Amino acid sequence: MSNVEFEFAPDDFQRVGEEKISKVDETYASQSYWRDIFSRFKKNKGAMIGIICIFLVLLMAVFGPLMTEHTFDSQIISHQNLAPRVPGLEKLGIMDGSEKMHTSKGSITQNKYLSEDATNETGLEKVYYWFGTDVLGRDIFTRTWTGTRISLYIALVAVIVDMCFGMIYGLISGYFGGKVDMILQRFSEILNGIPTLVIVTLLILIIRPGLMTITIAIAITGWIGMSRIARAQVLKLKEQEFILASKTLGAKDLFIIFREILPNIFGQLIVMSMFSIPNAIFTEAFLAFIGLGVPQPLASLGSLISDAFKSMTTHPYMIVFPVMVLAIVMLSFNLMADGLRDAFDPKMKEM
Amino acid sequence: MKKYVLKRVLISAVTVLVILLVLFLMLELMPGSPFNDEKLTEAQKIVINAKYGLDKPILVRFGNYIASMLSGDFGVSYTISKNTPITTLLESRLPISLRLGGQAILIGTLIGLILGIVAALKHNTIYDTITTVISVIGVSLPSYVFAMALIYFLGFQWKWFPLLYQMKSPVFSSIMPTISLCMFTIATVARFTRTEMLEVLGSDYMLLAESKGINSFHLIFRHALRNALIPIITVLAPLVVGLMTGSLVIEKLFSIPGIGSLLVSAIQSNDYNVVVALSFIYSVMYIGIMLVVDILYGVIDPRIRLAKGDEHE
Repeated sequence: MSNVEFEFAPDDFQRVGEEKISKVDETYASQSYWRDIFSRFKKNKGAMIGIICIFLVLLMAVFGPLMTEHTFDSQIISHQNLAPRVPGLEKLGIMDGSEKMHTSKGSITQNKYLSEDATNETGLEKVYYWFGTDVLGRDIFTRTWTGTRISLYIALVAVIVDMCFGMIYGLISGYFGGKVDMILQRFSEILNGIPTLVIVTLLILIIRPGLMTITIAIAITGWIGMSRIARAQVLKLKEQEFILASKTLGAKDLFIIFREILPNIFGQLIVMSMFSIPNAIFTEAFLAFIGLGVPQPLASLGSLISDAFKSMTTHPYMIVFPVMVLAIVMLSFNLMADGLRDAFDPKMKEM
Repeated sequence: MKKYVLKRVLISAVTVLVILLVLFLMLELMPGSPFNDEKLTEAQKIVINAKYGLDKPILVRFGNYIASMLSGDFGVSYTISKNTPITTLLESRLPISLRLGGQAILIGTLIGLILGIVAALKHNTIYDTITTVISVIGVSLPSYVFAMALIYFLGFQWKWFPLLYQMKSPVFSSIMPTISLCMFTIATVARFTRTEMLEVLGSDYMLLAESKGINSFHLIFRHALRNALIPIITVLAPLVVGLMTGSLVIEKLFSIPGIGSLLVSAIQSNDYNVVVALSFIYSVMYIGIMLVVDILYGVIDPRIRLAKGDEHE
């Protein structure tokens, strides 16, 4: 081994520059748990867009049907198959009431609101249908937002079922353990083994298709996922010292479950229930599409899409708006659920 | 391990029994009858009831019922195609649905895996964003929306593919249905692979493997992907459910003569033997897959087996 002498020249070293200088630790003001979550949630762009969209859709679902003089089932025979026409936008050449028709001789553009020559009047010059009308002359705008109400109602049902039933089922099963847990778990496992599709199908055989059927179907199967998460969370917590302390102080079981355990796991449970919303809306939209949803003339997004599909090749505009609203609702709930999950527990894995 | 498998098998068997019981009770309690033709006299109704064995005591019928259902004898169709044994109906339809579902799950899983791996390797780049967007859209839109978009653009406007399923060209005409069915699979698998891969790539043993100088192909496929793939087995169950429900609509839209479209028309025409038979088949398929998934999972990942054993003691 030979020793090599090193000489350091001045230009062997370089200044590291401003950005590499280590900063003094910042001290942050202490934040409460919920504030912390809220600030993390606010930073998530997708989730914020989602929540704004949900809010807008909710507003439209409440006030949309009131904005026109039509109701979801009022029909004007002379106003059949009118393409969307919006005041203001029509001057820009979009949504001016014209539509492309495919005929055997090629495609032509026609506008049913205005007559071809100036002498004739169609009587529709001052008529505006924002989303157009369907084959029966009903206003698609009103029907779309009435249909959205059903999707939102389904979302509400899903959350209520999760919170009232799934949560309590899981809490009890996890907390008491032993025989109770054994029986409750076998029951939910068996129920979980039956595909939702089959349960819905069989329900439809007994009760007529309708909102009630879908509500019951969600009530039967919707809570299982939630109960599992709740149980798993309880199992994690129930051996911890603060539970033991509470027990030693003489707390009753119910007090421990609802005042000691529940507040600690509520975050995860909210996230879980948010994830079950898109599922429930999906189920309704799917049932409505195969004609097992709400009966006519009631509209849901699924049944609107299904109706519009029948005339999709001639009047494609009919299908666009219900699909868009459904897509926005589903996307928003998914984005919001994702955002909530990341906010509550950045390390929580995808479920 | 034996105890674990035995437990899973037992639960599955009980579930099948429960389903049989429910199906049987449904038949008993259901309003309406396939013989509600006004022209039938009382005497004729009695003859028909006797012919279909509807006049025997309940327990005898339940016994017979279990025996016949498990042996694959689902009775005859009442209204869809009169007096045809359901087994005959299924013979031609089941393979079509299974093939379609198989295609969708294979292609979907493959594309999903590729997307997920690429997204994880190129974390926080444009590829990652594209994958995330695809997976969010894929789980957000029902398969019939994709189907309708394909029908309108590829089928109707550009005339690339046939609008309806054709028995003559079973592969070519099933391209559009397969694409619309596998979107959900792609989305779910891509999302899951991405998360799992990211986690594995960040682990210490990957750092060790990398510092040992293993080439990147081996690194990704032998060390990372293998471990990342284990939890992906768990999404199989929701995927199967998605395919089942998706197939009902897709088969109806493309008029594919499979079991999905049969179920829809059976519900609409109140043909309860067919509905019950299909419900049973769907349930058994689902339970079977869940059982295989559970056992596979236990075999592949000993941690799960131990954890589940503890949980169920």
